[in-house]
Amino acid sequence: MRGFIARRLAFVVLTALLSSMVVFAATNVLPGDVATMILGREASEQAKDELRSQLGLDKPLVVQYGHWLGNMAKGDWGDSLSTGQDVRSVALQRLRNSAMLALVAFLMYVPLGIFLGVVAAWRRDSPLDQVISTGSLAFIGLPEFVTGVLLIALFSRALGWLPASSAIDPGSGFFTAFPSLILPALTVSLTSLAYVVRMTRASTADVLQTDYVRTARLKGLSTPSILFRHVLRNSLLPTVTVVAAGVGWLMGGLIVTESVFNYPGLGRLVLFAIQRRDLPLIQATTILIVVIFVLANLVADIVYALLNPRIRYR
Amino acid sequence: MALAATSVFILFLFAALFGPLVAPYDHTAQDAAQRLQGPSPAHLMGTDNFGRDVFSRVLVGTQGVFYLGGAGTFLAAVLGTALGLIAGYAGRLWDEAIMRVLDVLLAFPALLLAMVLLSTVGPSDINLILVITILYIPMFARIARSMVLDLRTREFVEAARLRGESRRYILFGEMLPNAVAPLLVEASIRFAYSIFLVASLGFLGLGVAPPSPDWGRQVNDARTFFDVAPWMLLFPAAAISALVISTSLMADGLRRVFDPSVEGRRR
Repeated sequence: MRGFIARRLAFVVLTALLSSMVVFAATNVLPGDVATMILGREASEQAKDELRSQLGLDKPLVVQYGHWLGNMAKGDWGDSLSTGQDVRSVALQRLRNSAMLALVAFLMYVPLGIFLGVVAAWRRDSPLDQVISTGSLAFIGLPEFVTGVLLIALFSRALGWLPASSAIDPGSGFFTAFPSLILPALTVSLTSLAYVVRMTRASTADVLQTDYVRTARLKGLSTPSILFRHVLRNSLLPTVTVVAAGVGWLMGGLIVTESVFNYPGLGRLVLFAIQRRDLPLIQATTILIVVIFVLANLVADIVYALLNPRIRYR
Repeated sequence: MALAATSVFILFLFAALFGPLVAPYDHTAQDAAQRLQGPSPAHLMGTDNFGRDVFSRVLVGTQGVFYLGGAGTFLAAVLGTALGLIAGYAGRLWDEAIMRVLDVLLAFPALLLAMVLLSTVGPSDINLILVITILYIPMFARIARSMVLDLRTREFVEAARLRGESRRYILFGEMLPNAVAPLLVEASIRFAYSIFLVASLGFLGLGVAPPSPDWGRQVNDARTFFDVAPWMLLFPAAAISALVISTSLMADGLRRVFDPSVEGRRR
């Protein structure tokens, strides 16, 4: 087990390094000269040259990469070109906001998804199952910006229950922000809900066909007892993986959802950075998301291995 | 269910092929007198804030979705399959090298990687297609590779090897035909995702430039007018959802037909 985790961890570090190269390379071929961007078009060539050597832009790309990576590791993520703020503190604050949003979404879709999946499997091929299965497939097909816009139309414009914009003060606490979190959380939940439902349904249906469940039924055990003591223990294994891997999926969904609702999270910060071609901000936010994404997958693997003694530790 | 979905999909395919020919209006024609009109016999889906016919714009927008998503998915399928076949058959070193590089691509959320790449190369039709290709290569490569690993010890492959067939023949003549079904299923799933992706990029303002009638951007543009002209938003949104949902239902149906293990479990 320890060897397995060590190997996976080494893989995570390798992936993070390689993707930082991808990000660095991609952002360094961005059109536009950084010195001109900072000093303005009227600046003299001499001033631009000085700034370039000050920023290390005259050195070979490999040296620049090493320098940049060292700074990132030390926690010096540079200053935003468009706002002048310290990238690290802004990015971490937005990350916290995204985490609040993700938490609310999690609490919405995980329990509901498992419940619907188990119900669908228990009443397999009944009309109820058809509705749940087809419905979940339909939700996978709805882009977040469509659900988000429709939810705004329904809950804030027509009914007036919840705010249409979630443009809270970026430093707000969880309970102040909570009313603004509901609609965006609901928006990201719908897609993820569908994945959890489908995975739970498939694995529960499998477990329900095993001999030990048949034995439990023939013994005359009550339905809740069969479900909780025999079925769920085994059938939720794949669901755990989907839920953990879903953290990564959420990060992608958050980019769109946060911009629909103007919510000050990491996703909207990435979009802002890309729109402004703000290099330090693009680099930091992108790598932050990649690291979270890879770590979430690592956790999914480890949890799966811990829960399932049958898996071979490659 | 899958059958109904397939008919919806085919309807969209026809719209993509013949949309510009049957569109009642020029999708860029502005008519100040007809701004923000509700749906009527003259304008089936109403008009937008420039007086442009929403129906014509949705219809012509179909073309872009099929063209970008279709070409991107197709290129990814071809290149990814080739890479996967090589990885699975050319020995440990190639296998490791190819699959590790592809793993890096999978370490990015798809939308994020697309945004970073597009901001680098700039949004154009070709760039969008290439970005979709890069994003989806790993999935096809994984499937093709696992098919090779699964098939390489089978008797018919062994027999071909003993006959002295070339490596290329064994890969493309013996193995590839067996991998077509799962690859086709994957292609249909990826195509559904690509519609999603193109629309999301358009919504975020990173898709194809105006005035081309991109569905995602239409939805974004229409948000400001939702109170006075909800049809501007609802029709393109419905088009996106209907196409994505019908494509994924169709992919689900295909999977059940091709993958007997899933079929057996279901019924």
